Amino acid sequence: MKSHVWRPFLVVLIIIAAFLILRAFLVPKDFGIHLQGTQYGNYTTGYYRKGDEDYWKAIKVKHRTRDYCKDCHPEEFENIMKSKHAKVQCENCHGPATDHPEKPEKLSIDRTRELCLRCHASLPYRPSVYAQLPGAPITLKMQDPVKHNPGIECVMCHSPHEAALKKEMLKKETRR
Amino acid sequence: MLVHGEIWTIKEQFVYPNEFIYWSIQIVMYPFITGLLAGAFILASLYHFLGIKELKEVSKFSLILSFALFFVAPIPLLLHLQLPFRGINVFLTPHFTSAISAFGLIYAAYGTVVAAEIWFIYRRYFVEMARSLRDKTDKRFSEKIKYIIFSVLTLGAYDVSVDALRKDEKAVKILAAVGIPTAFLLHGYAGFIFGSVKANALWMSPLMPFIFIMSAVVSGIALCMLTYIAVMEINKFLIKRKRTASLPFRSEKEIRRVEIYELRVTVKYLLMFMVVAITLEFFDLIFRGYTGVKSWEVLKNVIYERDFFNIFILQYGIGGVLPMFILLLPGLTVKRSVVGLILVLLGIFMMRWNVVIGGQMFSVTFDGYMHYKFPIIPHDYETFKEGLFGAILVGVMPFFLFWIFNKIAPVFDSQVKKT
Amino acid sequence: MNNSRREFLKDTVKAILLAGLPLSAFEVFKPEVFAATILKGNKGKQWAFVVDITKCVGCGMCVKACKLENEVPYDTTVSRTWIERYVVLKDGKVLTDSPMAGRDGYLKDDPQGQKIPKEDIARGFFVPKLCNLCRKSTCVQVCPVGASHYTPEGIVLVDREWCIGCGYCIMACPYGTRFFHPVYKTAEKCNICYHRITKGMNPACVDACTFGVRKHGDINDPNSEVRKIVLTERVSVLKDEYGTMPTTFYIGLDHTVR
Repeated sequence: MKSHVWRPFLVVLIIIAAFLILRAFLVPKDFGIHLQGTQYGNYTTGYYRKGDEDYWKAIKVKHRTRDYCKDCHPEEFENIMKSKHAKVQCENCHGPATDHPEKPEKLSIDRTRELCLRCHASLPYRPSVYAQLPGAPITLKMQDPVKHNPGIECVMCHSPHEAALKKEMLKKETRR
Repeated sequence: MLVHGEIWTIKEQFVYPNEFIYWSIQIVMYPFITGLLAGAFILASLYHFLGIKELKEVSKFSLILSFALFFVAPIPLLLHLQLPFRGINVFLTPHFTSAISAFGLIYAAYGTVVAAEIWFIYRRYFVEMARSLRDKTDKRFSEKIKYIIFSVLTLGAYDVSVDALRKDEKAVKILAAVGIPTAFLLHGYAGFIFGSVKANALWMSPLMPFIFIMSAVVSGIALCMLTYIAVMEINKFLIKRKRTASLPFRSEKEIRRVEIYELRVTVKYLLMFMVVAITLEFFDLIFRGYTGVKSWEVLKNVIYERDFFNIFILQYGIGGVLPMFILLLPGLTVKRSVVGLILVLLGIFMMRWNVVIGGQMFSVTFDGYMHYKFPIIPHDYETFKEGLFGAILVGVMPFFLFWIFNKIAPVFDSQVKKT
Repeated sequence: MNNSRREFLKDTVKAILLAGLPLSAFEVFKPEVFAATILKGNKGKQWAFVVDITKCVGCGMCVKACKLENEVPYDTTVSRTWIERYVVLKDGKVLTDSPMAGRDGYLKDDPQGQKIPKEDIARGFFVPKLCNLCRKSTCVQVCPVGASHYTPEGIVLVDREWCIGCGYCIMACPYGTRFFHPVYKTAEKCNICYHRITKGMNPACVDACTFGVRKHGDINDPNSEVRKIVLTERVSVLKDEYGTMPTTFYIGLDHTVR
């Protein structure tokens, strides 16, 4: 460092050194390129904080699927499994179970017309014959929501667990 | 609950539900500011490296302005970030496959070069100031602070012999030479950020960095000239009011002579770069139209219909052809060049706007459009920082810094001699 | 006195340099990192997805389940997965829409809010969209801080604690699958329910789908359904012109699909 010309250079070196020390403190210890013996273990694709994987693994599972429901609600479970709605998950209408029965204690049930119409509203381009359901080929009961009893909830007459008219409704109809 | 971008985005036809105008005004400001700083530096280097003597007076000026802009350049980026306090992560864990991460390196390199160059140019001044203040007995408080600042700025190098000063000059020349590619890189990479986004049909072009560099030089020169004129006019005004004691120039006449001479010289360089910039842009446009790939249908709609006013009237017409005539017609006066230069800056700003916002005016579905509603009156944090006020804040900041820097490193030779 | 102080300063600088440099020399300079960029690696688990468009009726239960499962605010238009409706008219015009990401299904025949006479409609279908599970994703490539990354099984995750929210990945994704999470303010994307698939469960959308539109599995596992479909059926991917090599495969894709 004889000549003054090198002074700015020295300043730069000090700044770089200070930065590297700061970096050592601020960067999480598990940040780096992670090699798992896969094609993704390189700098382009695998440069990250390892703890992030655990973060995402620890996200709470909210939809527990019908296997979680069947032990406590065997009757409903068997009913629906016999019906044409067998492939519809309980949680589609009842909402995510999460930690039910602790939290939430009671699940809300979506009884709206809008829920049923998601599949049953007739559209010119919505398939009405369905080959993939159990007991296929099966016809989806398509209804024009404007013409078919507007303003009344579907569950008034239909039982979603049986995927048919309610028993009392059936009686009425046969009597007529 | 509003998603980021929902406030200022109006969708038309089929746009993906997750698509919004995510990059808004601050991303327009960012290449505009880096363009100005790169341009200002290149103007300075034309004298320091290439030795174009006519630009001597403007060179120091534009160097300091460029340094002021340097500190403002990351501000729009920070304001645009969703989590500005994590901005440091770009320096901590740079992922170099991303164009943005190169910002840390290039920005730091550029800052180093400019700071070092300024130090070599002003070293003698710093030493003189520090010495005169040291010798002074019974210093006032402000002078004590000044003394500390200047003695730190000398970095302990008090040697101002002829030999040492010659070394300084040589260092400046080398740094200016190193600085030109760094400045190109700093701005060219801003072009690369856009040019390398393959999902965006309007941005993706290998010409993007070059278009950005050329327009950067144009805008940088224009801004330097404008600021120069403004400073000179203030000097004139002060002379009129007879406060000549602390001023670098003795008479109004002297100012006028210097001013118009500098303008006429610099304007030539400005126009030269401008022609190149517009040529490149038109080449890009013609090429897109001629090859007519899948995206051209939607691009055509955006360029020739939806964005026609912004592109052809504001950017190329009022911001390109018109100022070219204004600046080229013989008998250039100060007033006329001010008009021309402001229009040039407007043209470059519109170019940034049309790239950043224009690139988001259509959906990646190529089947829908988005309209940008520029937030003017802020009603929350987001519309403030990514609205008119945020943009103004960024626009004003460099001049404030320039004013401060000028107190430490005066930009006029005559000013230096007097003090 | 003066001289010794200078010496002391010099020594301090040297000490800082010596201590600082090895502490965190850039990752790229480490030998194992060099090795990583060269090594191709073995064929481990690789998640893939199959979407059978021909089966989709556009009920939107998958979107609903996804939003609830992954805590994406329910009343926003953004979603990790969404359903698009394509209505092709007899004059060749295509009307596409996805109101509220298809969260509430499609109850009315009103593509893009227009009333179209039944006899003008040639055909129509629904297309579920999600992360395309690219093998060469642009979103990971452009992340400036290493917040977007692959997991060993080929899922791209976003680090909510490290993401700076620059939006570059959102710009880079040609499929429009990314957005800013309104609460965390970080980039958010479909990760085919990483918390579920790592526990051996199905993604929430796969479970919610009554019609068996969505399937996921390990494409390198010879017994997986997804692999069988991809090998035996005519599948296609979205926007392969971008060179992202997606592993979300579609059955029954139409040229009108964007």
